[in-house]
Amino acid sequence: MNAPFPGRGRTGRAIALTSAALVISLSATACAGAGQVGKGDAQAINVLMVNNPQMVDLQKLTAKYFTKETGIKVNFTVLPEDDLRDKMSQDFSSQAGQYDVASLSNYETPIYARNGWLAPLGERADKDPEFDQSDILAPVRTSLTAADDKVYAEPFYGESSFLMYRKDLLKAAGLTMPAHPTWQQVADMAAKLDGSQKGLKGICLRGQVGWGQLMAPLTTVVNTFGGTWFDKDWKAKLDSPEFTKATQFYVDLVRKHGEAGAPQAGYAECLNDMQQGKVAMWYDATAGAGSLESADSKVAGKVGYAPAPVVKTDSSGWLYTWAWGVEKASQHQDAAWKFIRWASGAKYEQLVGRELGWSRVPGGKRASLYRNPQYLKESGAFARATQQAISSARPNDPGVQPRPAPGIQFVDIPEFADLGTKVSNEISSAIAGKESVTDALKKSQQLAQEVADAHRH
Amino acid sequence: MPTATEATRRGPGGRQSVAAPARQAARARRAQRARDWARRAPLLPALVFLVIVTQLPFVATVVISFIHWNALAPTTRGFAAFDNYVAVFADSAMRSSVVTTVLLTVTVVLVSLLLGLGLALLLDRGFRGRGIVRTLLITPFLVVPVASALLWKHALYNASYGLLNGALTWIWGLFGSHDPPQPDWMTNSPLAAVEVSLIWQWTPFMMLILLAGLQSRAADAIEAARMDGASAFDIFRYLTLPHLRRYLELAALLGTIYVVQNFDAVFTLTSGGLGTANLPYTIYQTFYQAHDYGRASAQGVVVVLCSLVVATFALRTVSSLLREEVTR
Repeated sequence: MNAPFPGRGRTGRAIALTSAALVISLSATACAGAGQVGKGDAQAINVLMVNNPQMVDLQKLTAKYFTKETGIKVNFTVLPEDDLRDKMSQDFSSQAGQYDVASLSNYETPIYARNGWLAPLGERADKDPEFDQSDILAPVRTSLTAADDKVYAEPFYGESSFLMYRKDLLKAAGLTMPAHPTWQQVADMAAKLDGSQKGLKGICLRGQVGWGQLMAPLTTVVNTFGGTWFDKDWKAKLDSPEFTKATQFYVDLVRKHGEAGAPQAGYAECLNDMQQGKVAMWYDATAGAGSLESADSKVAGKVGYAPAPVVKTDSSGWLYTWAWGVEKASQHQDAAWKFIRWASGAKYEQLVGRELGWSRVPGGKRASLYRNPQYLKESGAFARATQQAISSARPNDPGVQPRPAPGIQFVDIPEFADLGTKVSNEISSAIAGKESVTDALKKSQQLAQEVADAHRH
Repeated sequence: MPTATEATRRGPGGRQSVAAPARQAARARRAQRARDWARRAPLLPALVFLVIVTQLPFVATVVISFIHWNALAPTTRGFAAFDNYVAVFADSAMRSSVVTTVLLTVTVVLVSLLLGLGLALLLDRGFRGRGIVRTLLITPFLVVPVASALLWKHALYNASYGLLNGALTWIWGLFGSHDPPQPDWMTNSPLAAVEVSLIWQWTPFMMLILLAGLQSRAADAIEAARMDGASAFDIFRYLTLPHLRRYLELAALLGTIYVVQNFDAVFTLTSGGLGTANLPYTIYQTFYQAHDYGRASAQGVVVVLCSLVVATFALRTVSSLLREEVTR
């Protein structure tokens, strides 16, 4: 073999040896082996899901209950939300059949169904009296129904958004939360709460780049300020006065009274800040309440819940659900349905209640749960507020003007993931103080108009 | 060893014909070729394998870059001609990520090279516990890149519970102040935050290579210089540095190759926000978030071509690695 550096003497050899050793060691460290999930075993299914706490609970209970009952082994792949979306659309678009079941949201479900990537589940559900499809809350079921009026996914939990606040800190500051707060009232309270205790910030609002991070709460604020991404004729409206005013309000509020490190703070960071007592209020997903009230949370019992703040609309909470979809190319459709009916069934809710505590039940999807006295007793703090927020969500008419596509905190078109992320990148820069909101929206408007033009033709 | 055909071609009594020298030369050439192939043949499988695993995917990438292919819109698939390339050059995000990549790479490589040189010079001396110190200094390079990025994001930079701000609180507390500054490191200087975490990782690498270079110095030349009354600085300037030049180039070259491709730090620390998106991250976004396989492939092809051009010029003009060795 020729040495890479054909030198004579010690120098050449030393260089050759060190570089060879380094290249070898580097290539060894650069190989990140992706775990290969099992394939072809009839009694095993592969499930791809998001790493939210409710899913992690499910993962813990599966072997002990589901596999014991049915003999079906479940291989989980658990990823953060953004990575999950990427991996899922890769696998489903190529119909590689690597995953039988995936956790989809109501954003992907109609799009995936239109592309023919999902197996319809409605018929199976209708034939399954124990599953009881009519028990699923209507807005949630509607959001998982595609344009062909078939149901393509079954919800694991549903969520809306609301305002969580520390009752004790508000009381100490001499403030009371109105029954239906407006954004102006919330901003005023955030200003008063900011610094009222050592190291306390007024409110936590997401600032991390990502359409599923910062863009979700911000879009609900835009809706209630009277703005919209697109009007019904596919004209982008990001530089409209309403959109600008809403964004300016959000950015100012985070910059003045928001959490530390806002441009890198997403759902997980805000939850952490709220649990550690670093912020007094938090406007985010209703699913966060379950974590705040769980037994190991420092702030359990100290948190109050108010509907999502509004300006021009009656309600502004979003509608979001994590649901189970089956890949059309899956070889284990029956086993996949067995898993779904177990995970999305009423019995599983009771199982979690008994085993892990009622505050950790994946709620927001079945009416029966809100008639369960035990559940209401244990999580009365947020159960009613969650149910109200979900029932008052109107995914087909979330703002003050008609829209070209459904969706509250997103626009249900395939391009939105990319567009929302690019726009969130600009707004995150505005939160960091690197550019003005006007400039950020000017750039964003151009990007949005390109997407809109493609839809008009 | 004469073959059967050669034996029959020989005249009676073994006298060779007139054209013998030419024939002999041809024979020698044939034999040489056979010997060459005998040497190459065992290498062929490896070569073919290398072409299959490295060159064919690139050909596939080039092909895909001429196709309209968005995974979320399966209906629009079709031949695109140069549309994807036009989109790449018109994309402002792509242009700014070129600048980011250059800044990030140059800063990280130069700073870690300087720090690595300093550490290598210190480690070149004998002292008690040198082995332990060397091991400790190498450790950052052995940490998995994602883990190191997470460590920097949460344990060090975080504005509310990070070590940096904790240290500030402690220092200010020593002087009786209860209102220490709590800068938000990643927001105030996002690119620098990424750079520092990478410098921490790459300094040990540079140190290792330069240390190997220092230890291959000829001790007698230094001894002679000392006898002639050269100062320590003179020895460093006129003996050590010229000797280390090749090692410095090698370290910079290898470091650049790896830092240009860095993805973990950008992805984990800032999600590419606040102007920290470098080329690999931008391509990742096109591929994974926009699901635009065609445009992502075009971006990849453009980046590879640019890298090849830059690398060729850099190696020709700067590097003495290959040149001096040959002319010596």
